[in-house]
Amino acid sequence: MTQIELRGVQKFFGAVQVIKDLNLKIADNEFIVLLGQSGCGKTTTLRAIAGLETIDEGDIFIDGKPVQHLKAADRDIAMVFQSFSLYPHMSVYENIAFPLRATRKSKTEIDSEVRSVAKTLQITDLLDKKPSALSGGDMQRVAIGRALVRRPKAMLMDEPIGALDAKLREEMRAEIKRLHIKQGSTTIYVTHDQIEAMSLADRIVIMHAGVLQQVGTPDEVYSQPANLFVAQFVGSPVMNVTDAAVAETGSAVSVTVGGAASGFEFPQALLSKLNGHAGRQLALGIRPEGVLIRREATEGFVPVDTHIVEPLGSFDIVDLKVGTELLRARTKSGFVAGPGERVFARIDPTQAHFFDKASGKSLEVRL
Amino acid sequence: MAAVRTSSEIGFNRVAIVAVLLVTIIFLAPIYWIASTAFKPRNLATTIPPTVVFQPEISPFVKLFTKRSQLRSAPTPEEYAAAPWWERVVFDGGEKIVRDGKGQVQWSGYPSRFMNSLIIAITSTVLAVGMGTFTAYGFSRFKVKGEADLLFFILSTRMLPPVVVAIPMFLMYRAVGLNDTHVGLIILYTAFNLSFSVWLMKGFMDEIPKEYEEAALVDGYTRMEAFFKIVLPEAATGIAATAVFCFITAWNEYAFALIMTNRRAQTAPPFIPSQVGSGLPDWTVIASGTFLFLLPVAIFTFLLRNHLLRGMSFGAIRK
Repeated sequence: MTQIELRGVQKFFGAVQVIKDLNLKIADNEFIVLLGQSGCGKTTTLRAIAGLETIDEGDIFIDGKPVQHLKAADRDIAMVFQSFSLYPHMSVYENIAFPLRATRKSKTEIDSEVRSVAKTLQITDLLDKKPSALSGGDMQRVAIGRALVRRPKAMLMDEPIGALDAKLREEMRAEIKRLHIKQGSTTIYVTHDQIEAMSLADRIVIMHAGVLQQVGTPDEVYSQPANLFVAQFVGSPVMNVTDAAVAETGSAVSVTVGGAASGFEFPQALLSKLNGHAGRQLALGIRPEGVLIRREATEGFVPVDTHIVEPLGSFDIVDLKVGTELLRARTKSGFVAGPGERVFARIDPTQAHFFDKASGKSLEVRL
Repeated sequence: MAAVRTSSEIGFNRVAIVAVLLVTIIFLAPIYWIASTAFKPRNLATTIPPTVVFQPEISPFVKLFTKRSQLRSAPTPEEYAAAPWWERVVFDGGEKIVRDGKGQVQWSGYPSRFMNSLIIAITSTVLAVGMGTFTAYGFSRFKVKGEADLLFFILSTRMLPPVVVAIPMFLMYRAVGLNDTHVGLIILYTAFNLSFSVWLMKGFMDEIPKEYEEAALVDGYTRMEAFFKIVLPEAATGIAATAVFCFITAWNEYAFALIMTNRRAQTAPPFIPSQVGSGLPDWTVIASGTFLFLLPVAIFTFLLRNHLLRGMSFGAIRK
C-alpha cells in the first residue's frame, strides 16, 4: 500500500520558479503519468519525489509520512532514468543485484531475487553481459529489473523509453504496462509523449510552466480538457482552436468562426450552457474528428473550400478555409481529392469545447 | 564493396609511415644510447665513432651498486681467484670494491637514492591524484561559490616555472626542518602536481554522467558509497592517466631534489650525475643508473597503457 501526496510543493532554480504550488494525490497501485513539454517541471517534480532534488516549500508524503527531509536512499523508491544509467563496469547481474547489496541481504537471497526478476523480464541469458553489449531495449529491461528487484514502495520513471526507436518504444510501452499490471506498484512516469501517456496512465497529470493544468483519466483529459493548453497539448492531430462568435438565430444558435458569412448550427441549449459567456470573447475548440464533411450540400452543413490535404495513411487531415480561419478535419483516406474543392462542413456540437479566451479555462459546455 | 585506395592515398600512407619511423628512431635513439652504454666496457663508452657491436658486460651495474676505490697495485693471482665473479669484473676495470672492517661489501648510494625516488614519487602521486580526484568531484558535482575563480587560482600555481620559487622554498624548508626529508619533497611534489591533477580529473569527472550516482543514491547508497562504488571505477581511466603524468613529473624532478636534499632524502636524478667514478667519469655507471631509473616509469606506463590511451582521447568524442 503506497500512496504519495504532494502538498503545496514549490521549487525555485535561482529566480525561476519551476514548480508552482503543486498539489497531487496518487493512490496505491496507480499508474500516474506526468505529461508536459520540456521545462514544464515534470522531471523536477519526479526528482523531488525521489529525493534527488530539494523543495523550497510544501510537503511530500509517502504513505502519510513526510519525506521531504529524507535522503533518496531512505525513501524506499526506485527510479528508471532516460539514459538507463546502468553501471558500465558491472555485469547485468551486478547491476540488478546492486540495490540489494545496499540492504545487506545474504548472497543466496540476492541471487534468488536477481534471477527471479531476470526471469520476469526475460533477461536471464543476459546476466553475465556488460551493459555495453546490450541493445537499447535490453538495457531498458535491465534498468527496470534493477528498479523492481528491491520491491520498492514506488517506481519512478523519467522518460524511460524516450531514447529508444519508435518500434522498440511501442514494444516497451506494452511491456511496462504488462509489468505494472503484474507487479502492481505505485508508478509515476514522466514523458512528453502524449501517446505514451494515453496508453499507459491510469491518470494523467498535465503540467505547464510549473503549474498543474489538469489531472484526469486519459479519456477525461482528451474529451474534457480543462483549459486551452490541455486542449491543444493532448491529442494528435491537434485540436482546432479558433475565435468564435455565438448568436441566436431563431430556433437555433449560430457559431461563427473566422468572420465567415454563415455560422455553424448549434442547439439552443448552448446559450444556457454558456451561462452568460455568449457575449464575451470565446474560443471554440473542436478536434479534427469533430469537423464533419459532406461532398453534397446537406442541411446544417456550411459550404467551405479545402485548402491542404495531408494523407496520413489510414486517414487524411484536410484543412478547410472557414472565413479567415483554417479548420482541420479528419476524413477517410482519399475522401477529398485535393485543394480548392468545395465541400460542406459541420461542427459536431457534442464534440465542441468552449473556452473563455481571457482565462483560457474551459466553460465546460457539454451538449 | 571494398574501398579502392587511390595511388595518391597509397603515396601519402608511405610518406606517413616513413615519417613515423623517423620520429620513432629520433625518440628511441637516446634510450638505445643509454641502454647500450649501460652494458658497454668502460673503454668503449666514449669512442668516436660510437661502438655499436660489443660484448655486453654487467660490470657497470656492479660498479653502480658498490663503493669502489682505485687499485694501487694489481691484485695477486690468489686474491683474483678467490674473488667472486662480480668483484673480478671490478678488478678488471682497475678498481676494487670497498669493504668494511668485517669484510662486508660497502653499498653505493644508488639503491637508497632509488628507494627514495620510489617512496617520494609514489606517495606524492597517490596524494596528488587522491586529493585531485576528491577536489575535482566536488567542483564537478556541487555548486561551489566562486568556482571559476577557485579553479583559476588552482591553475595559476602552474603559471610560474616551479624552480622560480626554489630559493624561498629552500629558506622556508630550512626554517621548519623539512630540508633533506622525504616528507618535504613529498609535500612539494604533491603541491606542484595537485593543480594538474585537479584540472585533469575535473575533465574526467564532468564526463561521467551524474545519473550514475543518482541511480546509486536512489538504490539505497549514501553519496560517499556512490562515489567509491560507482564514480571511482568509472574514473579509473582518468585516474590512471593522471597518475602516470604525476608520477613522471615527480620521478624525473631534478632541480628541487638537487636544492632541497643532499643525502637522507636525495632522489636518483641528482645522484646519478654525481657518480662520476672514483677517477675519471665512468659513463657506463651513469648510463646503468639512468637505465635502471627509466624502468619504473616504463613499466608503470606499460601497465596502464590501455587506460592511458583511452585517457588521452577521453572527452574528445561527445556521445
